[in-house]
Amino acid sequence: MNARLISRGFRGRRQEPREGANVPPGQYVVEDFPVLSAGPTPHTPLAQWTFSIDGEVDEPKRWTWEEFQALPRETITTDIHCVTHWSKLGTVWEGVSIDTLLDSVETAASYIVAYSDGGYTSNLPLEDVTDGQAWIAYAFDGEPLEPQHGGPARLLVPHLYFWKSAKWVRGLRLVDEDEPGFWEVRGYHNYGDPWKEQRYWGD
Amino acid sequence: MERTTVLGRLTWRVGQVVKTKAETAQVKSLVLELPDWPGHRAGQHVDIRLTAEDGYQAVRSYSIASPPEEPQVTVTIERLEDGEVSPYLVDDVQVGDPLEVRGPIGGYFVWETALGGPLFLVGGGSGIVPLMAMIQHRVARANDARIRLLYSARSPEDVIYRHELEELANRPGIEVIYTYTRSHPPGWTGYQRRIDQAMLEEVGLAREEQPHIYICGPTPLAEGASNGLVALGYEPARIRIERFGPSGR
Amino acid sequence: MESDERRLDGNAVGGVLGEIFPLEMTMAHIRCAGCNAVEPVGAEMVYMDAPGMVMRCMHCDNVLLTLVRGEGHYWLEMRGATWLQMAAPPSPGESTSEGT
Repeated sequence: MNARLISRGFRGRRQEPREGANVPPGQYVVEDFPVLSAGPTPHTPLAQWTFSIDGEVDEPKRWTWEEFQALPRETITTDIHCVTHWSKLGTVWEGVSIDTLLDSVETAASYIVAYSDGGYTSNLPLEDVTDGQAWIAYAFDGEPLEPQHGGPARLLVPHLYFWKSAKWVRGLRLVDEDEPGFWEVRGYHNYGDPWKEQRYWGD
Repeated sequence: MERTTVLGRLTWRVGQVVKTKAETAQVKSLVLELPDWPGHRAGQHVDIRLTAEDGYQAVRSYSIASPPEEPQVTVTIERLEDGEVSPYLVDDVQVGDPLEVRGPIGGYFVWETALGGPLFLVGGGSGIVPLMAMIQHRVARANDARIRLLYSARSPEDVIYRHELEELANRPGIEVIYTYTRSHPPGWTGYQRRIDQAMLEEVGLAREEQPHIYICGPTPLAEGASNGLVALGYEPARIRIERFGPSGR
Repeated sequence: MESDERRLDGNAVGGVLGEIFPLEMTMAHIRCAGCNAVEPVGAEMVYMDAPGMVMRCMHCDNVLLTLVRGEGHYWLEMRGATWLQMAAPPSPGESTSEGT
């Protein structure tokens, strides 16, 4: 096998890390916003869009788009980290905190499954999406969230690798036992902490 | 049509750039000398791998423009504005540089004279590249399969292989029809829009001739043309497409 | 089906599948466990940009297979496909015949 051939002067898309930027191990900073998809972009009309909290709850909840827009909204500025090694710093989102959505929901469940149009799912411990750690976001950079980035609304859980932040999310199902989601059953890590580089199964 | 040929595991080999040629302002061809090259079929591609000093690697696929009859392999690369690999290949690579190449790859989107004609080829932008290999293969074999090429480009300046296509279109049995989507030559009376079903109906070889159809270009063009031809009654089994993803601009 | 710009097809994964299988894979045929359609890999839909490669049935969108690569491993998941049909190399003494 040949020694690795270095392509003179090739750097790829990586940027030099900003002064003081705190980036998890193995990540590089990008200025653009790469689009990653496991399937065709859904285009659910807002008139048909709903968001649900269901599963192991005393009373399932559901909001229409209008009802959802009427919920208290927050602006979130955060860094996001993709398992494919890019990080984007200081991203600005607008959305509804999961704490708001779970307010007055009674449950003994410990886990959630986020489910999306097109069939994508991601699984998380309930304690990772409460206490101000997660949102359902519908705006990015001051504009309505574009379909290619998960619009009308996506899950936003910045402290974990971004595959957990399910695009085109339509609900959270509360479950007693952890149910690995789309990528978790296909080789990715079940939890996905970027600071511990939990990228793949077995990490 | 499957072949029972075994390729062996695809491995990376180091080739050398022996010639570069600017095709348009954004498109460049690289002619590669590849040691122990097993030969290829028209329509196949290679993967090219770049490695940064810190070990970071990027791999992209590029269609082979040259026919199997030529000893050196030519790839043609469109420089994508936000590309990671294409700007390096177009702007930085020089004659004499080594490049890591894997291939040839592909058995689905291939044509050889043994398959017979006629051929209806539909290309958009850099989608012309594998189709060019097919046309040049037909010529190199002195084969008389009829070929009609519908080529969509933004403007005449964006037509890749413009001079070669002019020469090829003068040969009996080879026709090239252009459609320009952004700007056209003065006095142009030809097509001035994106490929659509009406155009395909006018331009496509008659269904009764049972043409082999190869479509290559940006995904929306490739899928649109394929869907249009199926809607016109062409046999889906005779249509092969290769999607190139989003177009440059 | 709407045209997603980034969607590719099985032609784009001939190289990466060729890292795993020592065979020409774009002409391998794959049977969808969702709708039973059989098509060449080269014709199926492929999403390359995801954290892994996702191949979907051109007829019913079912996920046929996914390929994740990292840290010295491949994870090939194929529950969405019933089988892959690949042209076998002829054994010595076996008469060669054209594949279908």
